[in-house]
Amino acid sequence: MAGLTKSEFANPVINWIDTRLPIFTMMQKEYGVFPTPKNFNYFWNFGALAMVNLVIMIVTGIFLAMNYQPNTELAFDSVQHIMRDVNYGWLIRYVHQNGASMFFIVTYIHIFRGLYYGSYKAPRELLWMLGVVILLLMMATAFMGYVLPWGQMSYWGATVITNLFSAFPVVGPKIVTLLWGGFSVDNPTLNRFFALHYLMPFVLVGVIFLHVAALHITGSNNPLGIDVKTPQDTLPFHPYYTIKDSVGICVFLIVLSALVFFAPNYLGDPNNFIPANPLVTPADIVPEWYFLPYYAILRSVPNKLLGVCMMFGSLMVLFVLPWLDTSRVRSARFRPVYRPLIFVWVLAVILLGICGAHKPEGVWVILSRVCTVYYYLHFLVILPILGKLERPLPLPESISHPVLGGRGGGPLPGGALAKLMEKA
Amino acid sequence: MPKLRSLLAGVFAPALVVASLLSVPAMAQEDAMPREKWSFEKLFGTFDLAAAQRGFQIYSGVCSNCHSLKLLHYRDLSGIGLEPEQIKAVAAGFTVPLGTDDQGNPKEGPATPASAFRSPFANDKAARVANNGALPPDLSLIVNAREGGANYVYGILTGYVPAPAAFKMQDGLYYNKMYPGHQIGMPQPLQDGTVEYTDGTGTSLDQEAHDVVTFLSWAANPETVERKQIGVRVVLFLVFMTGLTYAVKRKVWSNVHH
Ligand code: HEC
Ligand code: HEM
Repeated sequence: MAGLTKSEFANPVINWIDTRLPIFTMMQKEYGVFPTPKNFNYFWNFGALAMVNLVIMIVTGIFLAMNYQPNTELAFDSVQHIMRDVNYGWLIRYVHQNGASMFFIVTYIHIFRGLYYGSYKAPRELLWMLGVVILLLMMATAFMGYVLPWGQMSYWGATVITNLFSAFPVVGPKIVTLLWGGFSVDNPTLNRFFALHYLMPFVLVGVIFLHVAALHITGSNNPLGIDVKTPQDTLPFHPYYTIKDSVGICVFLIVLSALVFFAPNYLGDPNNFIPANPLVTPADIVPEWYFLPYYAILRSVPNKLLGVCMMFGSLMVLFVLPWLDTSRVRSARFRPVYRPLIFVWVLAVILLGICGAHKPEGVWVILSRVCTVYYYLHFLVILPILGKLERPLPLPESISHPVLGGRGGGPLPGGALAKLMEKA
Repeated sequence: MPKLRSLLAGVFAPALVVASLLSVPAMAQEDAMPREKWSFEKLFGTFDLAAAQRGFQIYSGVCSNCHSLKLLHYRDLSGIGLEPEQIKAVAAGFTVPLGTDDQGNPKEGPATPASAFRSPFANDKAARVANNGALPPDLSLIVNAREGGANYVYGILTGYVPAPAAFKMQDGLYYNKMYPGHQIGMPQPLQDGTVEYTDGTGTSLDQEAHDVVTFLSWAANPETVERKQIGVRVVLFLVFMTGLTYAVKRKVWSNVHH
């Protein structure tokens, strides 16, 4: 498809560039006039927020790396050097540290939006799966980043988590040795984790590019979960959603600032203010809050291998979610049974998070087992069956005519429903 | 909009339940954890500099016999209100290692403001030998490194009470009601009147403990005051920007029917 672009930009310099490399035309198409459903609520801010958050992490991370020493003898003190002696080093570090927590808050809400409004369903399956890849990459990045300050929790968290891989038969111990670069978590581990922690965010940038590219093929979902039918259903992305996203970004920055400036260590663990010591094990080894639900799943299973599989499985199941949910109605607004059930699932995840923060004893074991079972039950049993049994509410005709077909809300005949769900 | 609101309620109601559940174990310990009033803990609170300076006096006179404060330099004392001349004088009172002399022998001499705080022991081993096998931790971050923070450290310093009759004490350990397990390797460092203050402040144990913990809180988070001051301005600015952006958003969206 060689050939110059016919650029419509008036500015001669921009026009000259655009003719040869049509990035301006592309930006105009994808972010200027891009037709976007007009009925988004504020849940649709969180993708853009995640993007802003990623940029914040990369920028602060690069400045941290300029003063950080990936060496077990120096790492802890170099971080304190950043906090005390580098100009505004405390600000950079606290933004990076709390930015990681915000990243997970934002992404978890983003995922919840997808679950609630059925954004994972056809034709957005691949977009969703790329999202799950992003989540996994984020987790790996955050885990390795937490090891870098080389405090007690860094060290012992790394030891516990890397040791999990030893549960796999045959290859397990080899994987662990490879991760460690030796026979325990030590200097080589810190070195490779630093290298990888620097690399992964840029891999993330690549996958997010694909995620957004896929989004711009299918177009966005919306709170009604029905397809865009006419141009009246949409608005150009700019200025409508650029300004709406800007509001969200401001609020996001307020929350981040509140954490950074007034409670910078609120989400952290006091143990990480103690330099790593392989001879002293902390009373309870707990990961950062955003890993607690998975940690609870892991610890709820008595068998190590099974526990590891259940933990990773809890994320893997998201990959096949588009095929587990058999309902063709996307938005929970029109799914009277799914709607409360998704909140029960959220509650189970939150309870798992609480269990993860406690030693696996007594009531916490029981609770985490119940919640783990429910977590899987939701995806593997409830969703496949529910799609067949549930009678969805009547869907609106279109986004711009959100008036329902008939009053009283009996379900539409099957044929009419299928027709509505067809891609316009 | 009401839909959105019920949705948000659905998300946050469980979160609230969770928060209250989480606070249960915290409440269980509450009787042991002191609830001191700290000048720096309030939203806009700053360090009580006089208290921090008295705390520095206690650290240098008492704690520094056993505990290092490795992350601090004498120049940092400007943060608790010492003038450059005072800092020079304070530093000159300590002998610290100064690299090697022309012959390659280790050299010692009076500290300068740029020197790191003098450590009482050459290494951990020497520290243990001098303390009955227990290692006195570096105090630079101690306030951040313990659940309960300033209140906990205060609780340790004021927690020396006679052991209950039935309690079996190990040799060389001391009963402390705050310390996990109640047997600590540190002999009670502070009593009423351990130090003499030049500013006429009373020297009850509580006062001394309060002062040294104020100093240690500053040592752990010397950026606190600047951080909060910048924070107030940043948040005010962002609130203003949010209002402005929201107004523009309303304007832009005013012609859309939805
Ligand atoms: C005679 C030496 C000595 C002096 C003086 C001393 N300490 Fe200690 N301190 C120790 C030892 C030894 C430990 C370790 C105790 C253990 O591990 O059981 C310790 C532990 C501590 C701890 C940690 C408790 C914990 O939770 O692990 C704090 C806090 C502390 N000291 C504060 C102080 C302060 C403040 C002063 C000055 C007022 C002081 N110490 C003076 C020897 C001393
Ligand atoms: C680094 C993290 C991520 C970034 C920066 C990011 C970015 C974005 C952006 C900018 C959008 C479009 C705006 C929007 O609809 O909110 C979007 C859409 C979407 N994302 Fe993500 N995303 C991230 C992670 C994830 C994850 C982890 C998932 C799921 C597991 C996911 C699933 C989706 C889906 C399904 C859509 C389309 C939603 C719709 O149109 O309704 N994303 N993403």
